[in-house]
Amino acid sequence: MNRTLDRSLADDLVRPLFHTSVWFYGLALALGTVVASGLAAWGYQIWNGIGVTGKRWPVFWGFYITNFVFWIGISHAGTLISAILRLVNARWRRPVTRCAEVITVFALMIGAMFPLIHLGRPWLFFWMAPYPSSRDLWPNFRSPLVWDFFAINTYLLGSLLFLVLPMIPDFALVRDRSTGLRRRIYGALALGWQGTTKQWHRLEAAMQIMAIAILPVAVSVHTIVSFDFSMAPVPMWHSTIFGPYFVAGAIFSGIAALIVAMAVLRRALKLEAYLHPMHFENLGKLLLLMSLLWVYFVFAERLTVWYGNEHSEMSVFWTHQTGNYAPLFWTMVACNFLIPFPILALRKLRTIPGVVFASVTVLIGMWLERYLIVVPSLGHKALPYSWGTYGPEPIEIVIMASTFGAMALLYTLFARFVPIISIWEMKVGQHPHRHALPEEDEEAAGLWRVRP
Amino acid sequence: MPYRWGMAVDADRCTGCEACVTACHAENNIPTVGPEQAARGRAMHWMRVERYVEGDFPDVRVKFRPVLCQQCDAAPCEAVCPTYASHHTEEGLNAQVYNRCIGTRYCGNACAYNVRFFNFFNPVWEKPLNLQLNPDVSVRGVGIMEKCTFCVQRIKAAKTVVKAEGRALRDGELQPACAQACPTSAIVFGDLNDPESRVSRLARSPRGSKLLEETGAEPKITYLAKLAWDESDAR
Repeated sequence: MNRTLDRSLADDLVRPLFHTSVWFYGLALALGTVVASGLAAWGYQIWNGIGVTGKRWPVFWGFYITNFVFWIGISHAGTLISAILRLVNARWRRPVTRCAEVITVFALMIGAMFPLIHLGRPWLFFWMAPYPSSRDLWPNFRSPLVWDFFAINTYLLGSLLFLVLPMIPDFALVRDRSTGLRRRIYGALALGWQGTTKQWHRLEAAMQIMAIAILPVAVSVHTIVSFDFSMAPVPMWHSTIFGPYFVAGAIFSGIAALIVAMAVLRRALKLEAYLHPMHFENLGKLLLLMSLLWVYFVFAERLTVWYGNEHSEMSVFWTHQTGNYAPLFWTMVACNFLIPFPILALRKLRTIPGVVFASVTVLIGMWLERYLIVVPSLGHKALPYSWGTYGPEPIEIVIMASTFGAMALLYTLFARFVPIISIWEMKVGQHPHRHALPEEDEEAAGLWRVRP
Repeated sequence: MPYRWGMAVDADRCTGCEACVTACHAENNIPTVGPEQAARGRAMHWMRVERYVEGDFPDVRVKFRPVLCQQCDAAPCEAVCPTYASHHTEEGLNAQVYNRCIGTRYCGNACAYNVRFFNFFNPVWEKPLNLQLNPDVSVRGVGIMEKCTFCVQRIKAAKTVVKAEGRALRDGELQPACAQACPTSAIVFGDLNDPESRVSRLARSPRGSKLLEETGAEPKITYLAKLAWDESDAR
């Protein structure tokens, strides 16, 4: 009986790989157009110079760095949550982990683009990397941007491994169900997976190692992103709270992104049987916790600044609270706390639409938070004569929109070519007496062998 | 002993005429960006004269403060540059290597004085203005940061002359363009390692203070100003 259940489960979850609807092509084309427009805009910017954006003296950082921090924050959804859920062996994690992990990889790829888009001379970006050059010059290891370069690449590599490892048995499953070129491609991706006891042991061990190793990497990455700000003597950047504050904010926005992605997948791929209201409720509780943590950090940061009453910091403080940036600041507070808090705290409202709505407001609020960190401080440094403002130009908005398009496109393609829910982990979950390793009973182990 | 270049700016002598700003533009090939871009915050003035108005009309006093790169000894802009484009020379200059800059603009953020400027576009000199470019100073292209160099080209030239003539540099012999152009001699430039140079003596003046010294950047420019309103002002 378990066998038939397994079979129908696998049928269900690999269906998107074998049957492509016309919707897929339409969506891919539309999203591809959005991405192409962003690339064209970037080309235009490289050709003409950063002057086509809204950046100006003294606000040298703007939308691009905001989006950089935002996307790196989004990337904390996946790997971190998935690693924690794996380590505590939360049963309900099984259908969630892969769609979470893939957010990390794509969000990191997109986030890492922004510092390049932002560069004045992007064609020289490789000078950030240590390589044996004729000048015998290495990058300046005192610079937080160089720390960033290494941190993000480490995290990207780790997350990629963490995503790909548990995909191997599923690639094997697709390989065994397909023929021709597809069989060859998935066969190569499956890395010779035969489902032997030894292979299961190694996979399990590798995933355990990765789940533990990725946690400090994830925490350090967003800490180092915060160091880009806190290491500079700029009012309201130069703060010891930034490391944990950024990490908390990253996990906060990451969970929100995961919930939205799951809701879209559930509807688009008809996964109602796998993604239950319970999953949204559990993630909603996690989102509630992070919302409270976020408010706590904002309060602690602002109280310290206000109590310290230092001139230049207070000018930034008041421009947030009551000045030019007050509408954005209070929208942020509403989006990150006032709106999601009651929705997530009351069980009656913690339904799928409720949790998804709260997640959307959190995403907006967290984007605003990053904007409010980057821009007002730069415009309000110590000498009032050199104060300035910033507003985005259309090109920055196009490039930003195209990265959201890129995320959607990558996600669509991924769901088209890889089972978005880990099939073998679901199977393991359906045999509660069997823990992780199928070789515990011979019959189940047979399931994983290649069908002749 | 190597030189250690420093400056003293007498705010009490400054009339706000901005001759220093003009001289700086001419000497260092600083492009003008036109009224439209200037209104968008793209103007580049390595030197600017800040005006602060005190009191209410008609009872007002205007104070001027010429602000340029303070050539800090513990410069935050140097630490944050990922490619060493911004670095410290043996003579205490806060140098910017244009060819090494990739345009992260991080140095501009880290600078508390906002005296670093970015080339948002490729600079243009309409004919015949291209003929007045200073051949001793490189013209900067799009996408890089630039800032006051203490007229490093003049320093280099003076050192060459002194070496050829086999003598020591006399105090006051070498002046950056701003100091040379200042009609009230409010700007004094020289070697801080020579305790008898004018700039060293002014740096020890009781009227002297450093701008934003509390940031810990150890700026090398001394601002001279009477500290407080006293009886003689009332008369």
